[in-house]
Amino acid sequence: MSLATTRVDISGVSIDLLESGDGPAMLYLHGGRGHFGFEPFLEELAKTHRVIAPWLPGFGHSELPRSYTTIDDLAFFGLDLLEAMDLRDTALVGAGFGGWVAAEMAIRSTERLRSLTLIDALGVKFGDHLVREIADIHAMYPDEVNKTLYSDPDRFRLRTEGMSDDDLTALVRLGEAEVLFGWKPYMHNPKLRHWLHRINVPTLVAWGEKDAMVSTEYGRQYAAAIPGARFEIVDGAGHYPGLERPLETATLVSDFAGQGV
Amino acid sequence: MKVWHFSEMAYPQAWDEGYERGTFRVTVPNSLYDPKMGADVYHRHYDEFQLCDELGINIMLNEHHSTLTCTNAAVTVSGSILARITKNVRILLLGSPIANRPDPVRVAEEMAMIDVISRGRLEMGLVKGAPYEIAPANMNPARLMDRFWEAHDLILKAMSTHDGPFNWESENYHYRQVNIWPRPWQQPHPPVWITALSPNSGRAIAERRHVAAALLSGGIASGMFNAYRERAAEQGWAAPNDRFAYCVLVGVGNTEEEGRRRADQVAGYVRTSPIVSEPFKNPPGYNPVPANVAMLKAGPTQSVARVQTVDGRTIDPTKATVQEFMDARTVFAGTPDQVFEQIKTFNEEVGGFGNLIIMGQGGTLSYDETCANLKLFADEVMPRLKEIKMPENRFGEMAERNAAAGAAD
Repeated sequence: MSLATTRVDISGVSIDLLESGDGPAMLYLHGGRGHFGFEPFLEELAKTHRVIAPWLPGFGHSELPRSYTTIDDLAFFGLDLLEAMDLRDTALVGAGFGGWVAAEMAIRSTERLRSLTLIDALGVKFGDHLVREIADIHAMYPDEVNKTLYSDPDRFRLRTEGMSDDDLTALVRLGEAEVLFGWKPYMHNPKLRHWLHRINVPTLVAWGEKDAMVSTEYGRQYAAAIPGARFEIVDGAGHYPGLERPLETATLVSDFAGQGV
Repeated sequence: MKVWHFSEMAYPQAWDEGYERGTFRVTVPNSLYDPKMGADVYHRHYDEFQLCDELGINIMLNEHHSTLTCTNAAVTVSGSILARITKNVRILLLGSPIANRPDPVRVAEEMAMIDVISRGRLEMGLVKGAPYEIAPANMNPARLMDRFWEAHDLILKAMSTHDGPFNWESENYHYRQVNIWPRPWQQPHPPVWITALSPNSGRAIAERRHVAAALLSGGIASGMFNAYRERAAEQGWAAPNDRFAYCVLVGVGNTEEEGRRRADQVAGYVRTSPIVSEPFKNPPGYNPVPANVAMLKAGPTQSVARVQTVDGRTIDPTKATVQEFMDARTVFAGTPDQVFEQIKTFNEEVGGFGNLIIMGQGGTLSYDETCANLKLFADEVMPRLKEIKMPENRFGEMAERNAAAGAAD
């Protein structure tokens, strides 16, 4: 069983989509690093689920429609994708930036969801205006960025040496898309927090113990804002538990998604 | 050839700190700025610009933010002061970073005011702004040029609409009653200038017939001017030389040694200006995807963008000598005769240009030295510029052909 990438058209937007496995549907939304390095995590998830992992519009080689300007567009795109692929009882999983998209989808409609899992998700502001809760990686040197994102930067930082032009293009487009949707307000939607109460499916908020992009304290507040949400720490992981602790994270996510199936 | 003088109104009093921190921008605390010394900086530069008014040298101003290399933080503030205290010369604001300003109608109003106060002496520069201007403005670097051209269109429409309010509701800007008072003195609007680095930008400016300005690099100027001329010709018009401007550091002296010494001090500007800490140099989205891919392939970024000399050598602008800067056409220096010859040669190299913007003050060049530099240039170099023969437009024939074809359609 291995990941296959296909080109699909979702409501007029042509995107790349990874798919693997059989079983109940799981829609996984990537973070700011895209799917680079997440193959072991996705393959682990695919042991228990049919995993569908799109490259979001504008990210990787997926098309970015001119009309897309805010996170709302990605949320509606995600809901369109659930419909277009006729996914039902879906376990929606979002990590980092993708966690923000997942939360934005869930406040709009949970009709096709059986559960929601947010892993080190961005998207919300809890503190007052003088508090920066989401690290400003655009004001940091590369070394600092790596220390912010990874518990073990030497092992997990993204290496561009030797990457193909195709992958480099995907990577540059990732950064540009994240900026388009997340520059100002910085990686959050001031409205989101006030609508999290609408989420009415079982929710797991999982957090890397050593995440310096958004702290575990932020994660706890996220969980507290969603009715009945469970909060779990992934030991030893930074901002990307799926990358740094693929097996543990996949087990946590699969077990939660599989409850009551 | 029209001549303009430009200074960034730097604050060299704090430059040691800039070197120590490895950046002259964005993050240097303003506790290092003494407002009393700062006032002296502004006043002396306004005095120098008044001298320009007497000497017949036109004035150019720009703006930067959060930096000790340029304390002119609002081009319209100094522009409005000079509009009142000068009488003769034209005032070029190059420019307002319109994609970083949330309210283009306000830009149009401010520019119109300056045009009226100066009784029609404004030249209106609209600029993209450097990458490190994104952080102080906190405007989205993605789709910045879309915002730029939209703001450009809105500003020109606001200036040239005189029959009451119009509506503008678009992706980036929302107004229902655009109706600026005052309207500009010059009709339909003051001349528009845009700075550019790439041939593609040159083509975009040509499509609008604005003045294209290149700064501090001969290589950039010739490529960009050529692209402009070609695009103009494709559209059936021969771009006249007044559509081209070049900004260069100038040190002129009674002896070659004196001219070069002045240039060396002015060059304090180019030696500090590129020193910016890495995070602010290239925010995602500011540069096109292929350019960023090429940069990633080139490996770890150089701390400072390099400059090319005309014979293809690469120099580090933070450390370059006056001679190296001269080889890159970043500096013209020496006696009046030598500077004149350098202008003449450069004019040939770029196929002709009609606006010479001299940075007659930069870095640590004192008030007295600046005045001497400007006077000598005005007395000994400026009168001879009319002797310079303009090269033939190499796209002239193409322009004629296309104009004729267009007329026949």
